Amino acid sequence: MVEVFEDAAVSEAAYVEEVMPSIYLPTVAKIIKVRTETEMEKVFTVRLPGGRPLGHAPGQFVMVSLPGIGEAPISVMSSPSRTHETFELCIRRVGNLTNSLHKLLPGDDIGIRGPFARGFPMDVFKKKDVIVAAGGLGLAPARSFIDEILDNRDDYGRLIVLYGARNPSEILFRDELRKWRMRDDIDLLVTVDRPDESWVGHIGVITRLFPRVEINPAKAMAVTIGPPIMYRFVTVELLGKGLSPDQIWMSFERRMKCGVGKCGHCQVNYRYSCQEGPSWTYAEALAFEEAL
Amino acid sequence: MSLYVLAKEKLTGFVEALQPNFRVVGPVRTQHGYAFDDITDAAQLELIYPTTILPPKKYFLPQRETLFKFHTDSDEQGSRRMKMEPVFQDVQPTVIFGVHTCDMNGILLYDRMFETGYQDEHYIARREQTYVIGVECLSPCDDASFCKDMGTLTAPPVYDLHITEVDGLYLVDTGSEKGEQLLLKYAEVKMATTEDIRQLGQSLSSKWPRFRHRLKMGKDQLPSLLTINYGANTWDELGAKCLACGSCTSVCPTCFCFDVQDEVDISMEDGERFRQWDSCQLYEFALVAGGHNFRDSKASRIRHRFMRKAKYNQQVHGLIGCTGCGRCERACLAHIAIPTTLNALYEETQIDAGR
Ligand SMILES: Cc1cc2nc3c(=O)[nH]c(=O)nc-3n(C[C@H](O)[C@H](O)[C@H](O)COP(=O)(O)OP(=O)(O)OC[C@H]3O[C@@H](n4cnc5c(N)ncnc54)[C@H](O)[C@@H]3O)c2cc1C
Ligand code: SF4
Ligand code: SF4
Ligand code: FES
Repeated sequence: MVEVFEDAAVSEAAYVEEVMPSIYLPTVAKIIKVRTETEMEKVFTVRLPGGRPLGHAPGQFVMVSLPGIGEAPISVMSSPSRTHETFELCIRRVGNLTNSLHKLLPGDDIGIRGPFARGFPMDVFKKKDVIVAAGGLGLAPARSFIDEILDNRDDYGRLIVLYGARNPSEILFRDELRKWRMRDDIDLLVTVDRPDESWVGHIGVITRLFPRVEINPAKAMAVTIGPPIMYRFVTVELLGKGLSPDQIWMSFERRMKCGVGKCGHCQVNYRYSCQEGPSWTYAEALAFEEAL
Repeated sequence: MSLYVLAKEKLTGFVEALQPNFRVVGPVRTQHGYAFDDITDAAQLELIYPTTILPPKKYFLPQRETLFKFHTDSDEQGSRRMKMEPVFQDVQPTVIFGVHTCDMNGILLYDRMFETGYQDEHYIARREQTYVIGVECLSPCDDASFCKDMGTLTAPPVYDLHITEVDGLYLVDTGSEKGEQLLLKYAEVKMATTEDIRQLGQSLSSKWPRFRHRLKMGKDQLPSLLTINYGANTWDELGAKCLACGSCTSVCPTCFCFDVQDEVDISMEDGERFRQWDSCQLYEFALVAGGHNFRDSKASRIRHRFMRKAKYNQQVHGLIGCTGCGRCERACLAHIAIPTTLNALYEETQIDAGR
């Protein structure tokens, strides 16, 4: 067995020298912190060997591994602007791997490959008013995008964030939402499908928030991330606001096994979502029969 | 490169000379038909044979392949530790004899696939250690094949050596430096004469009439034929027949999709991650968390397969994704055949266009 080197660039090099590389071999990273977000989601802070930067773009994902259990694509939640020695992943437990990941503690090893895919091209959004429509867990990848804008605030126009959750207990990043609400350079609207007694905010699916926002379509760009069903309705709203299909970006969920364009699972017609996606414009999506 | 002459009776000698130094495989007769297998006795090797059950892809992408081994345990603080070591399975000097021209076209697509974009080191390591010895198809080998339609009746440049039988002699073309060295080192050959070359040319050009066309259209028309027919009823009809068994994709020389899984031993500490052939015809293939399935119906899955074969691979790799080998038709219990389907689509489209 090859020793796994915890630290320093030197030992990384030694590792590469000792064995042939393999695109399928994860890097052993360490969990630094685990925070419980909701009953279903936890946020993991991860550090690569030597604190080496991940070098991702908002909207990209990493393949997260637990040897013996499996591997799955997880979006990087932290923005490049806030990702130095560590990065964050928000993981919802839905099955085998994600349930096991939820049992991990600070100090545990975790396997990471990537970052993969295309992400959101930030230059396209510069100088524009940006609308983010996130549904459920979609707020995790959206956060990378939002924080990137907040940290380079002068490069962008208005920032409008619409967030829909199924019920109040599923709302992610409450602290962050509270901070965003206090800022005057971000317009935040949150809605829930099914309120409880404590809920005083908007009620209904995310599309219900659209009548409340004014946008100038001539200088707007939108990003929407959420469950597959949401896209159809959100795009209708955005088009109704006067945006054209190439002003709307979306992130596609697909099954992924390799992350590197080989296994075929993530194909959307002829394109590989793990390579050329998962972010596409609605204009591109319209050209694929299988996209939505 | 250069052309050599190998007397027919010297073929066994060539194989025997290779055996101590290489894994030598080729088409051999089995109970169920011909299959690529290890040649243990040089006399087993036959160069004239009907299409094998599986294409030689198994030597480049094994049905199941270990990607890495791992070890997990806990340190003194009780934290989870993991170690991983990549595995390059079945990387050994291998000579594959008797690869038909259609199957060489399958290898061509595999090379494009695994060597472009992210490099698949596992594939490349095996590919580099493998010698492909092709054999020219001078007569049709199987009723189900439609290689002539697919343009795979000539050898693509993936071979190290290529054998054509001419007048009781084997004319051997060298496709690579390493192939030529192999030939000169292990086989008893002479340089071909001008007369040999003339005969080879004659033999190659006279083979064409022996092969029939099964498709009513040229292969260049296929991408647009499929584009027009994306919404055709054909897919529902095929979906109703298809058993979603995945046989068609396992026998296909151009199918390369795989699944990745982990396996641990009884200690729960040591194990391996492996990949194995997967099929887009299976229900789970495009299923994601939350239960959404992007190709829910058999109709949508079989359409995806046809689209990949006759359109998408062309778009991504510039190569048609079907070699016309006919294996899927022979393997399919529902008798779904690529030429029959494409011809029906073509005819319907002609009718539509004429209306
Ligand atoms: C680009 C991308 C980014 C994602 N980002 C996040 C994220 O930030 N946070 C998060 O919690 N989840 C994210 N996911 C979803 C996450 O990958 C799946 O929830 C995860 O694969 C489920 O794995 P499991 O082993 O726990 O579930 P399983 O036990 O495998 O099964 C649960 C369900 O997951 C499906 N599934 C299995 N493998 C995959 C796969 N590779 N991709 C998708 N579905 C699969 C199964 O079909 C089943 O319906 C993302 C998915 C993609 C494609
Ligand atoms: S699709 Fe069928 S005929 Fe075409 S290469 Fe694959 S197995 Fe052969
Ligand atoms: S072999 Fe035939 S029945 Fe089986 S999945 Fe392929 S097309 Fe369907
Ligand atoms: S995840 Fe394997 S091809 Fe995209």
